Amino acid sequence: MPGETPTAAQFFRRMIGLRHLENALTELSAAGHLRGSLHLCQGQEACPAGACAALQKEDALTATYRGHGYVLAKGTALELVVAEILGRATGLCKGKGGKMHLFDPEHGVLGTNGIVGAGVGTACGAALAAKLEKTDRIALTVFGDGAINQGHLMECWNMAVLYRLPVIFFCENNLYSEMTPLSRSHGNPVMTERARGFGLPTATTDGNDPFAVYATVIEAVVRARNGDGPTFIEALTYRTTGHYQADPGTSYRTKEEVETWRARSPIERLRQSLGEEATAIDQEENERVAKAIERALADPVPAPEEAFTAVFA
Amino acid sequence: MSTMTFVQACNAGLRQELARDPDVFLIGEDIAHYGGMFRVTEGLLEQFGADRVIDSPISESGFLGMALGAALSGKRPVAELMFIDFGLVAMDQILNNIAKTHYMSGGRCPVPLTIITQGGGYRGAAAQHSQMLEALFLHLPGLMVVLPSNPSDAKGLMASAIRNDNPVLFIGHKQLFAKKGEVPAGEHVVPLGKAAIVEPGSDLTVISYSYTVELAIQAASEFAGRVEIVDLRTLNPLDWSTIEASVRKTHRVLVAHEAHGRCSVASDLAGQIQLRLFDELDGPVEMVCAADVPIPYAVELENEVLPTTKRLAAKMREMLS
Repeated sequence: MPGETPTAAQFFRRMIGLRHLENALTELSAAGHLRGSLHLCQGQEACPAGACAALQKEDALTATYRGHGYVLAKGTALELVVAEILGRATGLCKGKGGKMHLFDPEHGVLGTNGIVGAGVGTACGAALAAKLEKTDRIALTVFGDGAINQGHLMECWNMAVLYRLPVIFFCENNLYSEMTPLSRSHGNPVMTERARGFGLPTATTDGNDPFAVYATVIEAVVRARNGDGPTFIEALTYRTTGHYQADPGTSYRTKEEVETWRARSPIERLRQSLGEEATAIDQEENERVAKAIERALADPVPAPEEAFTAVFA
Repeated sequence: MSTMTFVQACNAGLRQELARDPDVFLIGEDIAHYGGMFRVTEGLLEQFGADRVIDSPISESGFLGMALGAALSGKRPVAELMFIDFGLVAMDQILNNIAKTHYMSGGRCPVPLTIITQGGGYRGAAAQHSQMLEALFLHLPGLMVVLPSNPSDAKGLMASAIRNDNPVLFIGHKQLFAKKGEVPAGEHVVPLGKAAIVEPGSDLTVISYSYTVELAIQAASEFAGRVEIVDLRTLNPLDWSTIEASVRKTHRVLVAHEAHGRCSVASDLAGQIQLRLFDELDGPVEMVCAADVPIPYAVELENEVLPTTKRLAAKMREMLS
């Protein structure tokens, strides 16, 4: 799918598949089958679907601990991601990375990251490598509005402009830095103003519409491939679930606010326009996810001695 | 062989690897047009061009993060931290990302990245420009750490560090930079993880590295043939077999280094040696390290805090008597 303008059905498939995966993982987590934190991206599915559709397999991607949707949209097999999340030996990273640390260099996935903003430098480095090798590969890095307050990001923004790197800074602005609203964390909450201060061209897009996200990102991709440097994109979206599985997401937001955004669900928007077709896709994706989970649950767990391998290459 | 300074040897090592492998490139503060604060990268921009030797802004976290991304994308970056003290603003990139990526990725993503830097005191550079911070980088698994003590090792370990598929931290020392020594002409590679016996001796093993090796050699001169000096050269991976052989021979051990003593290489080795070779020891493993205070500015204070030849000699005398 990456590289071609997707159809509504393709976007719907990508997003509903992700939703089914998250629902299934939530159940597994509640039943005690998952270790650690589970960071859902419900409500934000249009961002990974739209952004990754504008990328080629060879392009680099780094994302956040909420980034499994990007990894899947970039082309990594569902089975490998599910097995990793379930801590299986067959997982993408052999059960060593887990939900927050997904790496798949074959698809340009240079890491989701447990540290807010930390993957931004990695993406800039991939962009630098692409530039030094005179290829037209580019890099896209995803982060949230919270990461905007990390110094590392600002260092990277400056260098991306300075070196004219083929990198796209894709900010999912979901209005909350974990559990804190912009009003209590951002001196200047206008993300694009900050980015422009570094000399970055900026664009703001509807992060709940995969077509809008795709159109905005593909424009930045073309600029980057043409040697015209980096772009900052702000995608306005909303996480309708909590920050992680133990956060109901209701203590710091009103029910009305959550419901308003739930009504703007990118998945429901497309479901209505697709009609019957959506029902069939929904069912297929549900089955595909169920099968992947069933298979991963039956897969072997890592041998204990595996804990001691791969510290070094 | 040719005679060159430690800095010239580092430069020769970088030059050798830049010429050998087109994927090697350098990035760091003032390294290209200026030639490096300590001249380690002098002339490299002119020889290899602006795509291979890149000046970075003063953004250690940013350019180390970029070096990681480049390493994951087929390049073999060498990033210079002008002072190891400046690495503290980039610890997330170094320890949470660079050191862990290969493991977290289940072995999918090797990180062929070298960080070159320098540390050390004795020059009145005070608390934020004089530190030996290797223990911070050794505490977490995933980084190889080398500290050459002479020009030949500097060139050879530089080559090994860059050729290695893992992140390697290469730490020079201000007091060594102007020291001259013989360096093999042509291609020169010193393997990682191999200590060197720089002085053989029968009654006391002194385990050291970096500039403190030189102080130990001076201190041992009055105990001809009795003090064996082991220059670790690489702290991770550690050459345990050389340590063990020397301990079995002398039965007395002193670990000497310039870093603070608490939670240090010395305290770690003292623990390991006592756990693994207790019956070989004729006495406790001793340590000569920096005192556990920040490095002060005035020379009278700094000399009180850092290891000196006099202090090392006194400890050797005590242990040999």
